[in-house]
Amino acid sequence: MEAWLDDLFWTYQNLVVSLGINGLLALSMYVVLAAGQLSLGQAAFMGLGAYSSVLMTLAWGWPFWLVLPASCVAPVAFALAVGGPTLRLSGVYLAIATIGMGEVLRAIYLNVDALGGALGLSGIPEQASPLLIYAVLAAALAVLWLVGRSGLGRAMEAMREDATAAEATGVDVRRMRLGVLVASAVLAGLAGALSAHATDFIGPNDYGFEPAVTILSFALLGGVGSPFGPVLGASVLTLLPEVFRDFANLRLVFNGIVIVLAVLFLPRGLLAWRMPRRAA
Amino acid sequence: MADAAPRRVSLLATSGLTRRYAGLVAVDGVDLTVPEGGVHALIGPNGAGKTTLFNLVSGLVAPSSGNIRFAGADITRLAADRRARLGMARTFQNIRVFGAMTLLENALTGLHPRLTSSLVGIVARLPAFRREERHAVARAREALALVGLASRAEERAAALSYGDQRRLEIARAMAGAPRLLLLDEPAAGMNPAETVALSALIRTIVGTGTTVLLVEHDMHFVMNLSDSVTVLNFGRRIFSGPPAEARADPGVIEAYLGTKVAARLAGR
Amino acid sequence: MLAQQLANGVLLGATYALFALGFTLMFGVLRVINLVYGFYFTAGAFFSLWLAQAGWPLIAALPAAAVGAGVVAVALDWLLLTRLRRAHADELASLMVTLGAVLALYAAATAWLGPDIRRLPPDLVGGGAVDAIGVRVTFAQLLILAACGALVGLLVLLVRGTTLGLAIRAMAEKPDAAALMGIDTARLAALVSFISGSLAGAGGVLIGLNFNAIHPYMGEQMMLRGFVVVIVGGLGDIFGALLAGLLLGVVEVLTAGYLASGLKEAVGFAILVLVLWTRPAGLFGRADARRA
Repeated sequence: MEAWLDDLFWTYQNLVVSLGINGLLALSMYVVLAAGQLSLGQAAFMGLGAYSSVLMTLAWGWPFWLVLPASCVAPVAFALAVGGPTLRLSGVYLAIATIGMGEVLRAIYLNVDALGGALGLSGIPEQASPLLIYAVLAAALAVLWLVGRSGLGRAMEAMREDATAAEATGVDVRRMRLGVLVASAVLAGLAGALSAHATDFIGPNDYGFEPAVTILSFALLGGVGSPFGPVLGASVLTLLPEVFRDFANLRLVFNGIVIVLAVLFLPRGLLAWRMPRRAA
Repeated sequence: MADAAPRRVSLLATSGLTRRYAGLVAVDGVDLTVPEGGVHALIGPNGAGKTTLFNLVSGLVAPSSGNIRFAGADITRLAADRRARLGMARTFQNIRVFGAMTLLENALTGLHPRLTSSLVGIVARLPAFRREERHAVARAREALALVGLASRAEERAAALSYGDQRRLEIARAMAGAPRLLLLDEPAAGMNPAETVALSALIRTIVGTGTTVLLVEHDMHFVMNLSDSVTVLNFGRRIFSGPPAEARADPGVIEAYLGTKVAARLAGR
Repeated sequence: MLAQQLANGVLLGATYALFALGFTLMFGVLRVINLVYGFYFTAGAFFSLWLAQAGWPLIAALPAAAVGAGVVAVALDWLLLTRLRRAHADELASLMVTLGAVLALYAAATAWLGPDIRRLPPDLVGGGAVDAIGVRVTFAQLLILAACGALVGLLVLLVRGTTLGLAIRAMAEKPDAAALMGIDTARLAALVSFISGSLAGAGGVLIGLNFNAIHPYMGEQMMLRGFVVVIVGGLGDIFGALLAGLLLGVVEVLTAGYLASGLKEAVGFAILVLVLWTRPAGLFGRADARRA
């Protein structure tokens, strides 16, 4: 193969992988927003999934089929530790505690030698093929679609519309909130393990404040009327910097402005369509 | 003040129920008894503590002291959703329908406590889940039919008129066939024709075996509809008994009209 | 050794307290978790840097930078939040808007100014120090402590001792009622933004002095401390924020001194989670931890 063609292929393989991973991350944001909560811990959950899965692969030599499900354990544990107390309080507490969580984990990755410090961890076998990534994304979409159409989906939307009225109609709001946070941690943890095993390197700065906000911009741009909106939003915001390469260093400025404009002027997102909430 | 109705088992009973806010006792040692069956009204001037009492009963506000029994069980410490599961449903003074959802989905949400399918059942679309969902949709349609909104099941709730949103809230509450229905000012903002229709609806609801407890300002509405009334003033219960007696009770007149008018009425 | 650590901790904590005060004031009065707040901190630091480079003495540069940050705060608050306030949007909407805005602002500032760490002119503060009972405190540190004390004192005087403070407290309690009583809530919101922004800006100058390192993302690193301080102190509680700020400064310095410097951030967060589990209304329990 010609060198430039090889280069092109490599470039697009990376893009194909990022589209799938960002789709999963957008869904991880979606499950929380769809229930009227705001967690900013998605990047942190992803980082936990990535670092724990890489340790399992490199240090313990586990096979990938075992590593992938096990990569959800650490994110879920953190979701329970942070979500348990904060979900009793008003929504801002969860948002604050989860931003804090991301910053602290970054400090830990940077300072613990076993985690590679500032250099991160490299030499990760590329065991997550694009096919596997898209299979996981498709499965996640299907599950969220089916759940969205069931009583659980109605309860989630009811909570988003009016948590007090939802509670008075019998929705166990606290349990649902913890449930969506755990689901979000699972999705982000899987995304972390998959991306780590698709790119051969992870570093402490991949999971900090900026990725956390970027993931929020995926979901807000797409809209949370159905799980397809956030995936669309992720695709748009992943592809745009590829198209406008000259402005690559303004990517984060753009993502931030997307959030501002979406909240102020486009509250239902690009894909304003709302999924039906019944299965019969 | 003896109950005019024959002694029945009480469905709801509060004793010494109190809620304090900083510098204010909104509900002050209230004993409220609601027997099973019929319509029971909670009335009183503005700021008497009626809505706070409702919030205490439905579990949205925690009491400072006192206790609440429902269907024989102590529910004082139960969260609102647990109380809903025991068969208590309510509407709100400022309407709280789920505006983005269709009418049918609103009514289906009222059935939430009765759905038992697990995540696995939902994702695998097990026959039991599909049967339950079909059954729930049928029940939700019945609830919409009860309030006369069946033909608009697929419309978005936010598109309904004010009066229709009130009726939708009742349908959502009735979908789960509650034992006790709490209505917080159901006639507020309704025109006379709508109010008459609402009275008929409440009678129909009582006919299905649900007990109704309502808070209302419209005295005429309450007097014609209720089997018993409880009057609150400044957070305290000042009367409990049949509506006819409430109208003649000097304490009630004073609370409603102020001392001067009450004195003049007494003198005449 | 321990006495020196404690002194350093108190000094650091004083700046944390100063920073967190504006944040908690903003939440208490405007009911907004304003994440752009960290950017005012960055802005204050850069204004002081530029003024110092232009030859201004610190005594003039500090207040000018604080005022500049306050003006930035008023402008951004107007741009981002007036619309949401008018629509009575919930707290999460304003949180998301300010989050998006602050990401855009940091990234834009980095694209414009570059990510390098800048240093204040070395002769800005005399290099002297005071030694007493075995504790060495530099002039810069003394200046920081004095400035923090003065600003906190002024804020408390304003909120507790003036009619303006009364209006602010009325707005914090019941914004609608305050508006009915003839308080111009839009102007008051701008004023509170200005005060908060100035406090953040002053904090930026003082932290810039303390560590002598100024860069666009310094506000983001500070926000984490801000969160810890306001939640441990109780959201909206001014005195809680003061005490919690001092506490966090001391704990961080002791952690860095006796455990490992890399764990400084983690310790603050561990305290945050611990407080959320045990005393969600804050360590001093006065803020209203309103149920969701």
